[in-house]
Amino acid sequence: MLKFLLIVNKQGHLRLSKFWCHDKTVNKTVLASDVIRNCLCRDEKQCSFLDYKDFKIIYRRYATLYFLIGADKDENELAVYEFIHNFVEVLNKYFKKVCELDVMYGLERVHLILDEMVSDGEAIEMNQSFALAPVQVLDAFGHRR
Amino acid sequence: MPTPIRLRDLIRQIRAARTAADERSVVQKECAYIRTTFREEDNTFRCRNVAKLLYIHMLGYPAHFGQLECLKLIASPRFTDKRIGYLGAMLLLDERTDVHLLITNSLKNDMNHQTQFVVGLALCTLGSICSPEMSRDLAGEVEKLLKSSNAYIKKKAALCAFHIIRKVPDLMEIFIPATRSLLTEKNHGVLMTAVVLITIMCELSPDTLAHFKKLVPNLVRILKNLIMAGYSPEHDVSGVSDPFLQVKILRLLRILGKNDSEASESMNDILAQVATNTETSKNVGNAILYETVLTIMDIKSESGLRVLAVNILGRFLLNTDKNIRYVALNTLLRTVHADTQAVQRHRSTIVECLKDPDVSIRRRAMELCFVLINTNNVRTMMKELLAFLEKTDPEFKPICASKMFSAAERYAPGRKWHMDTMMKVLTTAGNYVQSDVVSNLVHLIPSSNELHAYMVKQLFRAISEDISQQPLVQVAAWTIGEYGDLLLQPDAEADDPLKVSEDEVVNVLERVLASNLSDIVTKEYAINALMKLSTRFPNSEPRVKSVVSIYGSHVNMELQQRAVEYHALFGRYDTMRAGVLERMPLCDIKKNMSSASLHNGVSNGSDEDLMPDDMPVSKAKPAQQQQQQQEQSSSGLLDILGGLSAPAPQPSRPPENNLLDLLDLGLPTDTSTMPTSLGTQPPIAPAPVNNVLDSLFTSQPIIAPALLKSDIPLITVFEKNGLKVDFSFERNGDQLTISLAANNSSSQSMDNFMFQAAVPKTFQLQMMSPSGSTIPPNSSGQITQIMRINNPTKQLLRMRLRLNYSHGGVEINEQSEVNNFPTSVWQ
Repeated sequence: MLKFLLIVNKQGHLRLSKFWCHDKTVNKTVLASDVIRNCLCRDEKQCSFLDYKDFKIIYRRYATLYFLIGADKDENELAVYEFIHNFVEVLNKYFKKVCELDVMYGLERVHLILDEMVSDGEAIEMNQSFALAPVQVLDAFGHRR
Repeated sequence: MPTPIRLRDLIRQIRAARTAADERSVVQKECAYIRTTFREEDNTFRCRNVAKLLYIHMLGYPAHFGQLECLKLIASPRFTDKRIGYLGAMLLLDERTDVHLLITNSLKNDMNHQTQFVVGLALCTLGSICSPEMSRDLAGEVEKLLKSSNAYIKKKAALCAFHIIRKVPDLMEIFIPATRSLLTEKNHGVLMTAVVLITIMCELSPDTLAHFKKLVPNLVRILKNLIMAGYSPEHDVSGVSDPFLQVKILRLLRILGKNDSEASESMNDILAQVATNTETSKNVGNAILYETVLTIMDIKSESGLRVLAVNILGRFLLNTDKNIRYVALNTLLRTVHADTQAVQRHRSTIVECLKDPDVSIRRRAMELCFVLINTNNVRTMMKELLAFLEKTDPEFKPICASKMFSAAERYAPGRKWHMDTMMKVLTTAGNYVQSDVVSNLVHLIPSSNELHAYMVKQLFRAISEDISQQPLVQVAAWTIGEYGDLLLQPDAEADDPLKVSEDEVVNVLERVLASNLSDIVTKEYAINALMKLSTRFPNSEPRVKSVVSIYGSHVNMELQQRAVEYHALFGRYDTMRAGVLERMPLCDIKKNMSSASLHNGVSNGSDEDLMPDDMPVSKAKPAQQQQQQQEQSSSGLLDILGGLSAPAPQPSRPPENNLLDLLDLGLPTDTSTMPTSLGTQPPIAPAPVNNVLDSLFTSQPIIAPALLKSDIPLITVFEKNGLKVDFSFERNGDQLTISLAANNSSSQSMDNFMFQAAVPKTFQLQMMSPSGSTIPPNSSGQITQIMRINNPTKQLLRMRLRLNYSHGGVEINEQSEVNNFPTSVWQ
């Protein structure tokens, strides 16, 4: 089960955070900054997985953005690694060449897409067009942001 | 009221902030503004304001004041409002907040909305923030939606059910029938959620697990369709058909097949198919294979399949992708105990991974290497590990060195090899060697008679070149002190015979003593070595004497004390010097040491038989702990004595123990925790040095083996709550030796056992260290401890006892008095 997803840039600025665990003992802000610190200091030669407290952290870097996922011990790291890629592909499809600014300015769209793909920590929808369906409906309403 | 700025502009402003303080002020200004608009019940821009608030929340600023606004947005009929409202609810609310009652109604309404996306939003929100109360209220609705004909809603409802079951497992019952029918769906999203839902049900309830076992054929069929079906654009991920679903099904199969041979049997074929047919050129394929391996290793699978699984991991190890190598090592570590032989076949590949550029891979490889060492491969493995030890990062060195020591001890093919390897570890790991390795080695060297000369020469060579590596110098100093005489004997066998003079040896030790690189413990080792050499090298005696006297004014108290005491040994007690500095008796400590170092515990039970011919103080116990006990017991003793009669410090005990410590350098000494006798015993501080030495020599018999054969009957002095303490006696003139045996007949072990005793001041009491601190339960072992009582006036012996131990986590203190000593003990 996935516990959280963070999108940060190379400087460590948080661009999106989503938690699927509402544990009283976890201070989300502290946890997020700690995890980010741990990941950003790793170099290219190191693998994309690390153990952090009770979590497995799986991260992947796309240009300036890091996608970090914290999962529990039972999760298949390679599958999560692939999931990140799938998520990025969906974003890419929606934003047409997604970049950091898209994530910043389209925050609630990204959330909507993410909610479609992961619910309560379980990745459920991997089909890219299904995942985009609700957000496209929303766009069809043509509302102001 | 002006139009609120757009989220876009806010983000721009925040990005334009140059410092953190600037950013804070922008955010605070905006928050203040948002609060005002919230207060004014502004409907038009509520959505925009909440969206901005969510951004601010993400930056880590408090945003809880938006919670109620989210609820208002949810209640709005507009989809865009609802959307932001639900998003806000998911981010700003969690189970702790008490606005849930308010949201329940909106959720209920939206779950019956005609638009599937609104229903989806409501379900999704419910799935992420639902509290146990809400779960009970809305479970019925969710179950209804689970049977809906719309796949999108079905999928969302299933995930919602997943969350509800995790919150309130009792509600599982109502979802079971609907869940089973979900598996017949064609839509992969629904299938995926169905598998997730079944998995959580099986994890939470064994009954449901048994119930779902009959679904194994269905799951196998779905999996088979997935791998047999050709290309389907809808679910294709890099050429593999829905790998995520495959992974989820494989995990569910693992849960269903665990400890169930029938279920496992029906999975064997499909697992073999997945393992052989999956495309491995892409990461997705490897993700599936990885999950398959885990399943194969966890269920009761055929042995052929297990070999196949380990081979897959072996192939992973050769993969160029570091992630896959990491996963392979991790999995091998988890499964190595199930099938060590199969893993052994990939040993060379694993050893290769020690050279991997990735530090996490190296760490895993190192751990795995230590698991794989056995008698057959120990030579080659140690060679590889030595190479690793040399190059590896400092953080690995201590642990690697310690583990190498244990492994060498367990699997060494011969003594000489063992010694050589340990020498190499010492020289390679240098100052990263932990102190336990030093003490272990110091115990190991005397136990192999034929190698004394060899070792002392090797070590001398090593420290003549380099005295900066403390652990090496410590071991070398001890060995040279003990076997210095062998250093001078010519040996014909060696290729380049070592020719040294007495002076050269003393020179090296003096250098160690004087060097700034040596720490205090090393200096203590060195001064002891020099002292011992005064008897081994008759010609160097004056030199040693002068060196020792120099350190009599050293700034470090421990070192100074040793020097002063040794100096006295040259003077008034010169006749006894040879006896005191004799070679250490051989202690069969190896068994204890290894068990202590391997299991990090103090050995028990088995040391009983070691007692008679063993020096009581040289137990295999960490010195630190022993020191602490001494400290405690000496202060406790004074307490007890205070109750018995006038406070009478036991001048003999602490200094003598300390001196024994000095002689027995096998103990890992740690000055930082070492109480010096001068420090802890103020009453005797002004006493002349002779006094200290007097007590040393009265305790001489301790060094001689004490054989306890008793003709005085044994008495039980304490019996309560399963703890029984017996005394047996041995008398020799005025001197009475009591050996204590503590037994534990209860079902739990007694830890941190500490025995203290006090006698009237006309007696002198010495207590030796106990054989351990833990008494195993059910009388399966005991702690022994020896006390010596000097009774020159032949008075009636009385004793007061104090016992401290923890039993089942409870600290217990007991006190009692012994008045029933047999008359033959004291008369």
